[in-house]
Amino acid sequence: MIVAIIRTAMVSLRRDRGALALSFILPVVFFSIFAVIFGGRRDRTPKISVIVVDEDHTRASRLLVKGLEKEGSLVLHTRPEPRKGVQQPEYTAASAEAAVKAGAAPVALIVPHGFGENPISFGGAGTAPSIQLLKDSSDMVASQMIAGLLQKVAMTSMPDVMAEIGSKYMDRYAGGFTPEQRKRIDSGLDHLRREGGQSDGTASAGGEQNAGPISVTTRDVVGENKNNPMVSFYAAAIGVMFLLFTASGAAGSLLDEAESGTLDRVLSSRVTMTTLLAGKLAFSTLLAFSQLVQMFLWAWTVFKLDFLPHIPGFVVMGVSTAFAVGAFGMLLASVCRTRAQLGALSTLVILIMSSIGGSMFPRFLMPEAVQKAGLLTINAWAIDGFTKVFWRDEPVSHLWPQVLVLLVVGVVLFAIARKLARRWEYA
Amino acid sequence: MSSSPPLRIEALVKRFGQVTAVDGITLDLHPGECLGLLGPNGAGKSTLIRSIVGRVIPDAGTVSVFGAAADSAGARTALGWVPQELALYPRLTCRENLESFGRYHGLAGRALEQAVAWCLDWAALLDRAKELVKNLSGGMKRRLNMAAGMIHQPELVLMDEPTVGVDPQSRNRIFEMIEKLHAEGMSIIYTTHYMEEAERLCDRIAIVDHGRIIALGAKDELVQSAFASRSEVQARFGSSGDHVGEWVERRGGRYADGVAQFTLEHPTEIAGLLDDAAHSGLELVDVSLRKPNLESVFLHLTGRELRD
Repeated sequence: MIVAIIRTAMVSLRRDRGALALSFILPVVFFSIFAVIFGGRRDRTPKISVIVVDEDHTRASRLLVKGLEKEGSLVLHTRPEPRKGVQQPEYTAASAEAAVKAGAAPVALIVPHGFGENPISFGGAGTAPSIQLLKDSSDMVASQMIAGLLQKVAMTSMPDVMAEIGSKYMDRYAGGFTPEQRKRIDSGLDHLRREGGQSDGTASAGGEQNAGPISVTTRDVVGENKNNPMVSFYAAAIGVMFLLFTASGAAGSLLDEAESGTLDRVLSSRVTMTTLLAGKLAFSTLLAFSQLVQMFLWAWTVFKLDFLPHIPGFVVMGVSTAFAVGAFGMLLASVCRTRAQLGALSTLVILIMSSIGGSMFPRFLMPEAVQKAGLLTINAWAIDGFTKVFWRDEPVSHLWPQVLVLLVVGVVLFAIARKLARRWEYA
Repeated sequence: MSSSPPLRIEALVKRFGQVTAVDGITLDLHPGECLGLLGPNGAGKSTLIRSIVGRVIPDAGTVSVFGAAADSAGARTALGWVPQELALYPRLTCRENLESFGRYHGLAGRALEQAVAWCLDWAALLDRAKELVKNLSGGMKRRLNMAAGMIHQPELVLMDEPTVGVDPQSRNRIFEMIEKLHAEGMSIIYTTHYMEEAERLCDRIAIVDHGRIIALGAKDELVQSAFASRSEVQARFGSSGDHVGEWVERRGGRYADGVAQFTLEHPTEIAGLLDDAAHSGLELVDVSLRKPNLESVFLHLTGRELRD
């Protein structure tokens, strides 16, 4: 009897291709995506972009910058990318801060004037000028990592400076060295100076790195006044993912109507297929936008999201996102023949888009290739736009790249959906 | 537009792959006429209807509605279509369904309100106006399905098997709705595979088989042309077997499913038939003499039962 039940269930499953795909393909696809993101790299930490401004221009500051440059996990930028082939001037403290605010890099290091005179701050900051670490607090990993690396590089890239400062401390606090000791130390320092220029600066440094010899002052330049830093990110990230599901469900009414014959009846009236699809798209857009409004209002009331000052940016991003998502739903529905197919395909596509597009975890944690692949998703552009609005407090005019991409994507997807919908028009 | 017939079909052909669903049909519908398309399932009736509505693009031939090409704006306005499927929104009420389809036809305001009221009254659904469609009985859904096809007050209505799956009482209600329309001068095309429906409702009947019209005329004309003054005899026998079939064939009749059918020039010939059966040792358990009907005409023309 049980065998008969199993046999019946197996035959049913085999005939339901959607369920079959979900059962066997989806887990493999997801495992592969996560394996690529978290397990498929040789270096465990993704490369982090750092803007470095050397205001000191001393031997010590140059050695420090050089040491940072040699760190395999960092990509140093001392000037912005060339524009139209023209090299841009080096970053200043102000332009570096602006660049972090704009999202060009998660961290900027400012090596101040006077750093080289007294770079070490054993036993407290004392008179040593602090290196400023300007950070975007949405990227919690990058700033922590760079703070640690900075201490390590200081130890390994300028050993002579460290030793010289150490001997000064000896002179000041322990009565100094004997002439014989002083001679030997000077000889050693000469040797270190000669080697210092050739050091690869990547020797491993053990022990606690954050509480190191270099005085560092950390400052949030983005998100410093936010009530609840990650809420806006997750409201957008999770919101977009569910919008995609809602839109594909709403567009699925086309399949129901085709199956019941209602679509034929509608198309025999004055309504054309283009008008019908445009109407469905308008409905999906409205529905998706309403969902976003509800989500952000909830985040505002419950999680103290700073919503009211950002309403204009929210509306612009919300409408663009809802439009793109609505068109995506129309496309999925026009590709599928049945509701079951739509359910399987939309689950597969939306979960893949959400995982590489940043709805499940921030894209900056992903390898560069996956980050680039994420740009093929609606999620990534929508989340970037909402981040600009709620995190970076950027004006509405700065949203044009995201808005343009989302609108173009929406128009293109709708055009393809219209073409595919020809199969419903005439027999 | 008014000088053109409500519907003119000329040499219409529609193929689906290797199958020819409509095979060169030519037909004119007269103003105020109810024309029945009678044929078994798969005869091509629905494809013909869908070609008239413009939902099927023919491979050859033309369809015009009051002189306007099928699928043109003029044809869409003049045509009402009641599809075989229950083409309704199940989560909307009766009134909301009618309002939606009315708006799709360009109705608004007072005109829409009046059209909805007329349709609810015509379909005897006034007291169910606020009921969700999914909660209606099968018969009510069928009536609403018809009403939705009439919402824009067309001049020609196509009804594709509107009584499929309904009980006899609901079927009668539907007949009354159609008779009312007919009495008011509406031009109607009515497809069915029920002979009684065609006989009751239609002025003329086109018998459709394998995508062709094999006979066209009023019921009596069809019977007359196929049988003249001849009568039909149906006989059932106490035993069955090859010898029964052979005897029936020898007497010029048809034998299927234990029933023999003969066509007689004069009713008096039945005596000779009964004598011959007795001499051949066949036991007759039931014999009936009847006037030929549309079923007989269809059988006569195609050699098959209408509901095969």
